[in-house]
Amino acid sequence: MQRYILRRFFLMVPTLFGVAVLVFFLLRVAPGDIVELKYAGTGAFVSKEAMDQERAQLGLDKPLWRQFADWMWGIARFDFGASMWTGRPITYEIAIRLQLSLQLAIMATIVAVLLSIPLGTIAALRQDTWVDYVVRVFSIAGLAMPSFWLGILMILSMLIFFRWLPPMFFTPIWVDPWANLSQLVWPALAVGYRYSAVATRMTRSAVLEVLREDYIRTARAKGLWEKLILSRHALKNAMLPVVTVIGLEFAFLIGGLVVTEQVFNLNGIGMLFVEAITRRDYTMTQALVLLVSFTFIVVNFVMDLVYAWLDPRIRYQ
Amino acid sequence: MPKPVGAATDVRGAGVSLPGWLQISLRFAQQRPLGAAGALIVLGMGLAALLADIIAPGDPQASNYALMLRPPSAEHWLGTDSFGRDILSRIIYGSRTALLVGFTSAFFGSTLGAIIGVASAYFGGRVDLLIQRLMDILLSFPLIILALAVVSILGTGTMNVILAITIPMVPRCALVTRASALAIRETPYVTAARAMGFSHTRIIFRHMLPNVMAPYLILVTAFLGQAILLEASLSFLGLGVAEPTPAWGLMLRGAAVEFAERAPWMAIFPGLAISASVFGFNLFGDSLRDALDPKLRTG
Repeated sequence: MQRYILRRFFLMVPTLFGVAVLVFFLLRVAPGDIVELKYAGTGAFVSKEAMDQERAQLGLDKPLWRQFADWMWGIARFDFGASMWTGRPITYEIAIRLQLSLQLAIMATIVAVLLSIPLGTIAALRQDTWVDYVVRVFSIAGLAMPSFWLGILMILSMLIFFRWLPPMFFTPIWVDPWANLSQLVWPALAVGYRYSAVATRMTRSAVLEVLREDYIRTARAKGLWEKLILSRHALKNAMLPVVTVIGLEFAFLIGGLVVTEQVFNLNGIGMLFVEAITRRDYTMTQALVLLVSFTFIVVNFVMDLVYAWLDPRIRYQ
Repeated sequence: MPKPVGAATDVRGAGVSLPGWLQISLRFAQQRPLGAAGALIVLGMGLAALLADIIAPGDPQASNYALMLRPPSAEHWLGTDSFGRDILSRIIYGSRTALLVGFTSAFFGSTLGAIIGVASAYFGGRVDLLIQRLMDILLSFPLIILALAVVSILGTGTMNVILAITIPMVPRCALVTRASALAIRETPYVTAARAMGFSHTRIIFRHMLPNVMAPYLILVTAFLGQAILLEASLSFLGLGVAEPTPAWGLMLRGAAVEFAERAPWMAIFPGLAISASVFGFNLFGDSLRDALDPKLRTG
């Protein structure tokens, strides 16, 4: 088991390095850089010397391999540098937004789990009845509705029916839990519904598959109580793929909520991402890409461990 | 329980012989009512896109400031927007954008992904390892982030949006087709083809690719809905299709949110159009998957 963990752990490094190389060079292949964009906004005529000076200040005049080496050396010391646009340390810029994004991701996951596991199970148990159809239509609708539109509808109905809008600014939960929740509960519901749709479908098909296994027939044949069959034998085994789906979606929630954050006016990682990309803020984009892929890879790694822990066949391969 | 393939259930009774494709579709509709409902929605959308010039009540781009923010009425069934443009017409023409972006990116993304996946499985060894690592890297980005990155490099506009949506689809398709192709590589007919001295290209394209058709078709339909959603999201962010092209995501942007209280129809109907079309594609795709993939067939 230890060898398996170690091997899987070291496999993470080349993938992350690949991500770093890819994002570094792709960003620099793109036409236009941050200095041009900054001055294009002001509209004033700027001499080439002034622009070159600014580039030199940001380290953009150095050869590419040198820039890359500097960046890697910084990362090795956990120094991600400063944002090219704001000049503030990247760790600071990310930290103030990660709080919100992480909390939202956790809340959406809770919504998704509470919806999907009971719904998926009942749909599987009542397969091809109206219950199954209702659950399936409900979950396919969740996949079809853009969560940003759901967000617009939520805000709209709160405005029309209650003449009330959720707070516009983020308050940490330990400062004022009420203000915090009354802001974040809505995006969590909008995102969680969509997220639950994926998990519901997975739960349904996993439970259906498990219910056809021989050991379920054996359990039934020996006259075991149906509820016990379901909880001990069926659900426990069906949860593996469901946990995977939930984990992977969670990883995506950290950086992928770009549009929902826009609708609810949340200053999260997704918005930071869009700003960094459109401003050609190389250092910020690089750090964010690494953060998002790191989360994804770590979640994947943890999933594999959970799998290996639950299923000895994988462990000894 | 689905009937075995080949056992034709005559829907209309004996004696009437229908063309083959109609028989197949009727059987599909009989066995999978949800799938048939999805197919109907997709068909309706296709017709709307095709016949937009005939059925749309007005010009989707003609602005008329005298008619700003009118609520739904007899002339403007779904109301008008902040430029006085007819919302129904914009939705009908918008289906063209959605279908164009959806079909081209789902088709090219899945096709490229299938070729890469099959080639990766066929060659195996180092090539496979290298391709898989590359796909892993691409997969570690959320769909929308990768699309955003591509758009920010290439700029906005319909063609670039198609490319931006195609690229993130490729690794997802490659992953699935590779898994199926691994099994196909071991079949006697591939060994036979190799023994006959056929070229790699011929074996991949003529012998292996046709046999991953089932997962490929499933992926295309699944990606269609996702592509339409992604296009709507990008356009909503202002990084997708550019004004004045009628596009559903674009219709939800800016004024729709600003005037949401005064003119809620601006925010409601385009979103309904997006949801209904993706719903249709997903419903149809789901039933297609059940019908094509015997492993997932539930009895």
